[in-house]
Amino acid sequence: MFSFIIRRLAVAVPTILALITVSFVLMHAAPGGPFTNERNVPEAVMENIEAKYNLDKPLWQQYFIYVGNVAQGDLGPSFRYKDFTVNELIESSFPRSAYIGAWSFLFVVVFGVGLGVLAALKQNRWPDYTVMTAAMTGVVFPNFVMAPLLVLLFAVTLRWLPAGGWEGGQVEYIVMPIIAMATSYIAQVARITRSSMIETLRSPYIRTARAKGIPRHKIVLRHALKPALIPVVSYLGPAFVGIITGSVIIDQVFSTGGIGQHFVNGAINRDYSLILGVTILVGMLTIVFNAVVDILYTWLDPRVRY
Amino acid sequence: MTATSLQIMTATINRCAFALLALIMLAACSEEGRQHAGDEALAAAEVDAPESRMRDHPETGEKLARRQVLVRGNASEPASLDPHLVEDTVGGAIVVDLFEGLTRSGPNGDTEPALARSWSSSDNNLTWTFRLREDGRWSDGTTVTAHDFVYGWRRAVDPEVGSNYAYYIESAGVENAAEIITGEKEPEALGVRAIDDFTFEVTLAQPITYLPDMTVHYTMFPAPREAIETHGPDWTKPGNMVSNGAYLLDTWHLGEKLVAARNPHYRENNRTIIDRVVYVPIESSSAELQRYASGELHMTSTVPVSQMVRLKKERPDELVMAPSIATYMYAFNVNRPPFDDVRVRRALTYAIDRNLIVNYITRGGQMPAFSLTPGYVSDFDFQQPEYGTWSQPERDEAARRELEKAGYTEDNPLEFELLYNTDESHKALAIVVSQMWKEKLGAKVTISNLEWKTFLSEKQAGNYEMARFGWKGDYNEASTFLTLLTTDSGNNDGGWGNVEYDQLLQDARSAEDPNPYYVQAEEILWQEFPVAPVYFNTTVALVSPVLKGYPENNPRNIIYSKDMYITAD
Amino acid sequence: MLFSDKHAGMGELADTLADEAFTEGRSLWRDARRRFMQHRAAVASLVVLALLLLFATFGQYLSPWDNESIDWASLPNLDEDGVPSLASQHYFGLDPIGRDLYQRTVQGSRISLMVGVLGALTAVIIGTLYGAISGYVGGRTDAIMMRTLEVLSAFPFMFLVIVLMAVFGRNVLLIFVAIGAVSWLNMARIVRGQTLSLKRKEYIEAAVAVGVHPFLIVIRHIVPNVLGVVIVYATLLVPEMILFESFISFLGLGVSEPYTSWGALISEGANAMWTAPWTLIFPMLMLVLTLFCFNFLGDGLRDALDPKDR
Repeated sequence: MFSFIIRRLAVAVPTILALITVSFVLMHAAPGGPFTNERNVPEAVMENIEAKYNLDKPLWQQYFIYVGNVAQGDLGPSFRYKDFTVNELIESSFPRSAYIGAWSFLFVVVFGVGLGVLAALKQNRWPDYTVMTAAMTGVVFPNFVMAPLLVLLFAVTLRWLPAGGWEGGQVEYIVMPIIAMATSYIAQVARITRSSMIETLRSPYIRTARAKGIPRHKIVLRHALKPALIPVVSYLGPAFVGIITGSVIIDQVFSTGGIGQHFVNGAINRDYSLILGVTILVGMLTIVFNAVVDILYTWLDPRVRY
Repeated sequence: MTATSLQIMTATINRCAFALLALIMLAACSEEGRQHAGDEALAAAEVDAPESRMRDHPETGEKLARRQVLVRGNASEPASLDPHLVEDTVGGAIVVDLFEGLTRSGPNGDTEPALARSWSSSDNNLTWTFRLREDGRWSDGTTVTAHDFVYGWRRAVDPEVGSNYAYYIESAGVENAAEIITGEKEPEALGVRAIDDFTFEVTLAQPITYLPDMTVHYTMFPAPREAIETHGPDWTKPGNMVSNGAYLLDTWHLGEKLVAARNPHYRENNRTIIDRVVYVPIESSSAELQRYASGELHMTSTVPVSQMVRLKKERPDELVMAPSIATYMYAFNVNRPPFDDVRVRRALTYAIDRNLIVNYITRGGQMPAFSLTPGYVSDFDFQQPEYGTWSQPERDEAARRELEKAGYTEDNPLEFELLYNTDESHKALAIVVSQMWKEKLGAKVTISNLEWKTFLSEKQAGNYEMARFGWKGDYNEASTFLTLLTTDSGNNDGGWGNVEYDQLLQDARSAEDPNPYYVQAEEILWQEFPVAPVYFNTTVALVSPVLKGYPENNPRNIIYSKDMYITAD
Repeated sequence: MLFSDKHAGMGELADTLADEAFTEGRSLWRDARRRFMQHRAAVASLVVLALLLLFATFGQYLSPWDNESIDWASLPNLDEDGVPSLASQHYFGLDPIGRDLYQRTVQGSRISLMVGVLGALTAVIIGTLYGAISGYVGGRTDAIMMRTLEVLSAFPFMFLVIVLMAVFGRNVLLIFVAIGAVSWLNMARIVRGQTLSLKRKEYIEAAVAVGVHPFLIVIRHIVPNVLGVVIVYATLLVPEMILFESFISFLGLGVSEPYTSWGALISEGANAMWTAPWTLIFPMLMLVLTLFCFNFLGDGLRDALDPKDR
C-alpha cells in the first residue's frame, strides 16, 4: 500500500507536466487572445500590453518561463483580473467552493447511497418508484435549472433566505448553493447504487447467504453493500473533484465568489494563466482522489490488489 | 467604454429558471417584491454601517432611510480598479465613485467642473489650462495637485503600465503621446505640466475643441504617486488604495461583492448622503433581476429583454430607460463581394424595418437609427438622412430596385453570411433582420454565432461579410462616433475609406463650430453605406422606488453614487 | 433482427449494445427478449420512443409552417396571437420572435435525439472498452491508461471545443465528437472499477488457465458482466448529453440558428415563461418524456441482459 502511494506520487509530476503542455498548446491555438477587445487598440498599445505579460516572446520561451514559475509555486498574474495574481484568485475562491462542495458531498453520499439501497431492497414496490421518480426528476433539473428556481422560491417569493452572497459562509447563504449542487448528484448516485445493489443481491454468494438463513439486514450491510459500492465509488471519485471545485452556475446565481466561475470565464476571456492555474489544481485533485478511489477498491473488494 | 465582458451563461442560467417556477410562485414575486423592495432591502447585505447623520434630505426635505447603504448590481468583475487600467463599463462604474477627475458628467450628460474650477484654451485650442480647486484631497488627507494629474496622464501612456486606453490620450492629440506609446520618447515628454500646484496645462499637437468633455473619462484622472510607488501592482487592494473621490475601497471579494466606504477627506463629504456602496457582480441578467426582486439590490445594471413586457406591466415606475450614446449596426466588409457594391449595401440598409425591431424585439425604448451619431449627443446638429424620412414600404421598394440594378434576381439571389456573438438579444435581432432580407429581397442569409473572442478575432481580421457592430461613445461629442469610420481607425475593419470623409473630420478638430463638417461627413456615409444602422441604444435598468437621484436622462450612463440617496419609504 | 421493425430506432441501440456483448448467441437472445417483454414499463417506453422518433422524422409534414419564418402578423401581440391553436395551425404556439414552435420542436427533436443517442453511444463504446482493457490488463498499461485519463479529465474542455470550432468550422457532427470525447471518461472509470473485481473471479481465471486470448476474455467475459452498470449509466448519459448540448449551445459553440435543440428551446422558453408559458412546456415535456423512457428502457435492458439471471 505504501509503495503504491509513493508510486502514484512519483508519476504525478509527469502527469501534471503533460497536462500543462497539452493545455498550453491548445490554449494558444484558440482564436483571439486575452487582450483581444471589442475596442481594437492601436498596434503600439497592444505591443506594450503584450510585452508586459511576456506574450511578445516566442511560445516555447513563454512555456518555459511559465513552467519555471509553476515549479516555484507562482502561477503568474491573471490576464483578466489585472489587480490579482492567479494564486490570490485561487486562494480566495477555492476554499469557498470546497466548503460548499464538502457539505454537498456529504449529502450526496448519505442520501444518494441511502436512497439507492432503499430502492434496491424494495425493488418494484412503492418506495422504489418514489425514489426513482424523484431521482429522475433530479436529473432533469440540473443545477442551472435548480439554482434560479431555488432563488425564486426561497428568496423572492417566501423571503426565507438571501438570494445571494457569501458573508463568511453563514448557514443561510450556503443552504441554496448546497441544494443546487447536490441534487443532480444525489439523483445519479441513487440510480447507480440501486442498480449495482440489485445486481449484487442476485449474485450467488448472497443467495447462498440467504439460503443459510442469515437475516436480510445483515446480508445487506455485511456482504452486499461493499461490493455494490464499487461503481458508486468509481463515479464519486471524479465527481468529488467536480463538486469541490464548484460550478459556474452556482457562483453566478448566488454570487458565492467560488472558483467555479473561473473555469468558464477563464476560457471565454482567454485568461491563459488563470485557466492553467485552475487546470493544474483540478489535475492535482484528480490525481489524489483517483488514488483514493483505487485504495477504496482494495477495501471494498479484497481481491483487488496493486 | 465597452460592454466587453461576454455574459456567458447569462443565457444558461435564466432559462429554465423562470419557467417552472412561475408555476410555483405565480404572481407572488411581483406583488410582494414591490412592497418589500427597499425598506428591508439589504438586510441581507450585512454591511455594518453607522446610522446616517442626516434625518431629512437637506434640499428636498424628504425623510431619509437610517441606513444609507446602496447596493448596485454590476454586471461583472472589473478588469482593474486602477483608473489607468480600467477598460470596461463595470470598472468605470466603480472608478468614478473612487476617483474624481477635472470634470464630471452632469445629470443630463453635459460636462460640469469637478476638480477643475475653470479652464481656458489659447493658441487656437492648442494649449489648455485647467485651474484646480484647492480643497481636493486624497483619502490619506494630502492635497490633490496638478502634479497628480501630470503623473496620472503620463501613466496612461507609459508602455510599462500598458494601458488599453493609452490611445485615448493620443486621440485627444496630446503632444508626444503617440511617440511615447511606441517607445520613441520617455513618458516625461508628454505635453502636460503643472505650472504650479493648482494649474494644470495640456499642450496638444493637434487642436481639439472638446478636450474638457474628454476629461470626464477615467483615463484622464489623477493618480496617487506615493501609494503606487509604495505598493506597486498591489496598490489597488483594499487598505493600500488611496483615492480622491467620494468613496474609498473598503473590501473586495472577487465574484461576491466590492464595498466602498465614505471618504472622510473628500472635499464635499458633508454633502454625500450614501455611506457605503456595495457593488455586486452578477453576470446573468436574470439572476440580477431575482436579486432585485428579493429586495437585495437598489438598482440593476440591465434588464433581460425577455422580461421587458412583463416588467412594463408590473413595475412600470421602476423601469428606467435612459438614452445611451450608443448605436447598434451591422458592418459590411466592402472589400468582399457582394458588399463591394454600394447598391447592395444600400438595399440591405433600406430593407430593415427598424420600427418593428424597436417596438417588438428590443422593447427597451430604443430609437430607429438611420445614421451613425445619435441626435442627443451633446451640441450635435442632427439631420435625418433622406431615406430615414421615407415610409418603410417606400424603402422596401427602393431596396428592391437597388438590388435589381446590382444584378441580383430570383435566379441569382444575393447570398452572404452574417456574424454575431453569442447573446440572446444579438441572436434575436440577427434572426429578424435576416428574415426581413430573405422575405423582402429574396436574399439567402446564413447567420452564424461565434463565441466572443472568436467573433472579435474574425471581425478584427476583416474575415467576414457582414458582422454585428455596436459602438458606445467614449465621450459626449459627435467625433467619438464619426472617427470610427475614418480610414485609419482601428475599429473600422470593414475596409471602407473615403479621403474626403477623413479630411472633414480632420478639419472639424480645429473648427470653432465642427457641426457643418459633421453634417457633411454623415451625408457621405449615407451615400456610401459602410454600415447599416439599426437603432440608437438605451440603458435599461430597474431602480428601487426608495433610491433617488438616479440619472434617468444621462446618455453617458455615468452614475455617481454620491449624487443619490435612499429615502425612508 | 431483435425487435420488430417499427421499433427500429431503439432496436438499433440495443443491437449495437448487444453486438458489443455477444458475437455469437444461441438462445440467449430469445431469453433476453422474453425477459425484456415481461418488463411492461420498458416495452411501453420503447413504443413511446419510437413515436418520438417518428415525430422527429416526419412531424414537419403535419404543419404548413416552417422552422425559420416569422409570423409577422402575430409579432406585435404575441401574448394573444402566439398561443397554441389549431385554428392558426400553430399547434405549439409561437416562440418569442414569432416563429412556429411546433416546427422548431420537431427540428429540435432531431438534433437532441441524435446528440443524446450518438453521444451516449460513443461514450459507452469507448469508455467500456478503455475501462475494461485498462482494468483487465492491469500493471503498467493500467497505470499509463489511467494517468492519461487523469490528464484528459482535468483538461480545460472549453478550449477543446473552441479550437475544434475554429479549426473545422461549425458542424453538428463536431458537437457529437466533442461531447463524446469528454463523456467517456467516467464510463471508463466505472468499467475499470468493475473489471478489477471481476478479473479475480473463478470463471475468468478459468478462461485464462485454458489460454483464451486476453482480448477475447475482455469482449466475451468482462464486457457482458459489466453491461448492467454500463446500460444504467448509458441511460443516465442520454439526458445528460442532451442537456450538455444545450449548455455548449449557450456558450455559442453548439447548434447554430435557425437550427435548434430541446435544450435551446427550453432555455428560450424559460425566459419567456411569464408571458408565453407554452414556449417552455412543449420542449420540456419532450425532454422529460425521453428521460423517463430511457430510464425504464435501461432497467428493462439490464434485466434482460443480465447474464447472472440466465
